[in-house]
Amino acid sequence: MNSRQKKLTLKRRFAEKRFRYYGLVSLFLATSMLFIIIFSMMYRAVPAFTNYGMNLEINLPISESEISDPQDLNYRRIINKSILSLAPDCIDRSCKRELARLFSSGASYDLREYIEKNSSYTNKTFSFFILFSDDADLFYKFGIDKNLEEEERRLDDREVRWLQQFQKTGKVENRISKNMFLNGDSREPEIAGVLGAVVGSLYTILITLLISFPIGVSTAIYLENFAVKNRITDFIEVNINNLAAVPSIIFGLLGLALFINFFGMPRSAPLVGGCVLSLMTLPTIIITTRASLQAVPPSIREAALAMGASEMQVVFHHLLPASLPGIFTGTIIGLSRAFGESAPLLLIGMVAFVVDIPGSITDPATALPVQIYIWADSPERAFVAKTSAATLVLILLLVLINLAAVIMRKRYELKW
Amino acid sequence: MPRYHGFYVFFWAVFPALICLLIFLAIESHIQNALITNYLPKSVILMGQDEIIYSIRELGNNLGNLKSIISLGILTSNEAESLYSDYLIFRYSCLAFICILSLGLAINFGNRLSLRFDARRSVEKILRFIFFTFSTVAVLTTFGIILSLIFETVRFFSHVSFFEFLFGTHWSPQTAIREDQIGSSGSFGAVPVFTGTLLITFIAMIIAAPLGLFSAIYLSQYAKPGVRNYFKPILEILAGIPTVVYGFFAALSVGPLIRSIGQSVGLTVSTESALAAGLIMGIMIIPYVSSLSDDVMSAVPENLRDASLALGATKSETIRRVIFPAALPGIVGALLLAISRAIGETMIVVMAAGLAANLTVNPFSAVTTVTVQIVTLLVGDQEFDSPKTLAAFALGLVLFFITLILNIISMVTVRKYRDRYE
Repeated sequence: MNSRQKKLTLKRRFAEKRFRYYGLVSLFLATSMLFIIIFSMMYRAVPAFTNYGMNLEINLPISESEISDPQDLNYRRIINKSILSLAPDCIDRSCKRELARLFSSGASYDLREYIEKNSSYTNKTFSFFILFSDDADLFYKFGIDKNLEEEERRLDDREVRWLQQFQKTGKVENRISKNMFLNGDSREPEIAGVLGAVVGSLYTILITLLISFPIGVSTAIYLENFAVKNRITDFIEVNINNLAAVPSIIFGLLGLALFINFFGMPRSAPLVGGCVLSLMTLPTIIITTRASLQAVPPSIREAALAMGASEMQVVFHHLLPASLPGIFTGTIIGLSRAFGESAPLLLIGMVAFVVDIPGSITDPATALPVQIYIWADSPERAFVAKTSAATLVLILLLVLINLAAVIMRKRYELKW
Repeated sequence: MPRYHGFYVFFWAVFPALICLLIFLAIESHIQNALITNYLPKSVILMGQDEIIYSIRELGNNLGNLKSIISLGILTSNEAESLYSDYLIFRYSCLAFICILSLGLAINFGNRLSLRFDARRSVEKILRFIFFTFSTVAVLTTFGIILSLIFETVRFFSHVSFFEFLFGTHWSPQTAIREDQIGSSGSFGAVPVFTGTLLITFIAMIIAAPLGLFSAIYLSQYAKPGVRNYFKPILEILAGIPTVVYGFFAALSVGPLIRSIGQSVGLTVSTESALAAGLIMGIMIIPYVSSLSDDVMSAVPENLRDASLALGATKSETIRRVIFPAALPGIVGALLLAISRAIGETMIVVMAAGLAANLTVNPFSAVTTVTVQIVTLLVGDQEFDSPKTLAAFALGLVLFFITLILNIISMVTVRKYRDRYE
């Protein structure tokens, strides 16, 4: 081997190594992005799960006999009185307003609920845990940005002094935020929660399941077992494959034009959202159902036919039971995709600001991914953490759904 | 078997009635409109106040709304009462019709039952028919998409000329609410929107094509089965993460990061840039590239590979000179599918690419895409017939056809490729 050949061999070996590393590096980059995204969401979400609050002395001004109807009480005034007692030197209106601004505006509702539950507190002084507003909460969590001038900050120096004072009393506590999990949307970050969106998503997915599962499975059965190979069935097949790749937003346009404008269904309702998403999920369910029907060995079918079963009996007694795990897995995968989908829902108005937790499929509602979109658009800084937390909830739910699919496949899959 | 007899009667009693009920629900709103327009004074109809009709329509469910209509002064209370009673008559007669239909069919087909009657065969025929009807839903969906898009697009082109839409270079669809306002017409030159879409898709493919292909090559040719079994699902998770999460990540982390990097080198970068959206979109579509090209490269026959290796080629030479060319049609199909995904992707660009319709190829500036425009035009309060709303459907039609063509080419190439080697 002369030196030229040696050089060439070395070069080729080096090229071989380089090529391999290209592959390794790109694989590494792609997977590391996944972890970066998830960990950055986790990191940013942490502040959203807790909220600072303070044990406030509340004095109910009336006796038990007077509150036959607790709804009549002016809870806002009761709370404001307690708050003002924290800073007795605060006399003029603007000062009072600034002080009240540090506390959550939802506190009066919390207090009402609390008193309705514990009516024995009347005419006594008791300690009530009141939430801080988002700005005060962020102050306790992150401090203030020293680079900003006082005018540019959300809290001025006086408010900061108050907050530091409160902390010295030892009554300020950081507690798990119940609102995050039990409330609907709100303009105030410390009150807003994901429950409304989760319920809306569940309603939507329920409708999707109810529509797309029977239609998808029977389409697959028809195409696999009954359809004669001809132009019409070919056309249906091409159609289904194409429908699987149509951008989701197109389904939103269809939903808007057909369901809302033509059929006059209500806007913002999970019913319409479910209809739209079920059209979107249909191809996935059909394709996976066909695949699992095909996986059943023909001998089973032939044996059943030989015993005198009709085509329909073969399907219902043998093919369907045998391929059910596969069908369920496919359906779950399709549904999990629908669960994370937001673009079509924006178009049919599920992007509305919904405070109440939806009670039925025709109530205005929003879905969890759409809630993320709404919050991501909100200017308040506290919503960044809220959005990340909602993202985590969404990812967690998707992981659970997919885990169910994997377990089902592992457990019930038949090996032929 | 007796249960087939039961099924037989059940089907006839329930399904035709169910279909009638669905039809009734579908046309109910139209009947309401007709009833209402019948009662409205001519002047109101001429003004075309869709919103009044819409709000009156709600009365079908709620008598309380009648009061608000009366208070608007459009209908007298007598008229409103009779309108409502007309509506109730229509509603109950429809329901009565459906009940009678169901009952009648049940009795009629129940009478046919006898010992000699072959109920199973009839039930199977009915089932088969139902299966067939369901299988047409997919086709109907496609037709529904095409028809609704074309219908609205035609209405759009009655406002705006076809050539202005396709070749105009100025896009500002915000039409004024009052007629006499300046700039009330809006302009609908969609070229900036198309270039924005292409720019972002291009950036996404620059990321996704090499990363996806090299990952696929590594997984299908180099990796041990253990590694492959772990990394393939992990890559596919990338496609399973909801796009709104990517969008949030792009807007929150990537946009500001690119901006600060750009500023430190002395570039002006807006927080919402084509680059941020394109980068993240590229990451999102990596699995679309890698999964499919992994499959097609694994499908290249072993003997091609073995022959090349036997001639002394290294593994990488075999991959570049033999496997890659052999798998090229499939890989092209995968790339086309990825491009189609990128063009149709909505949430990432809505959250990270911005709204400004700049006609530019500068990746650091904010651009807008077809999907972003559709969303911004249709979210929120909308007038029913304005060119602004209809423009979204025209954009949707363009989007639909472009992705349709890409999908079909991709499907055909992949299928041809499969036929060659299988």
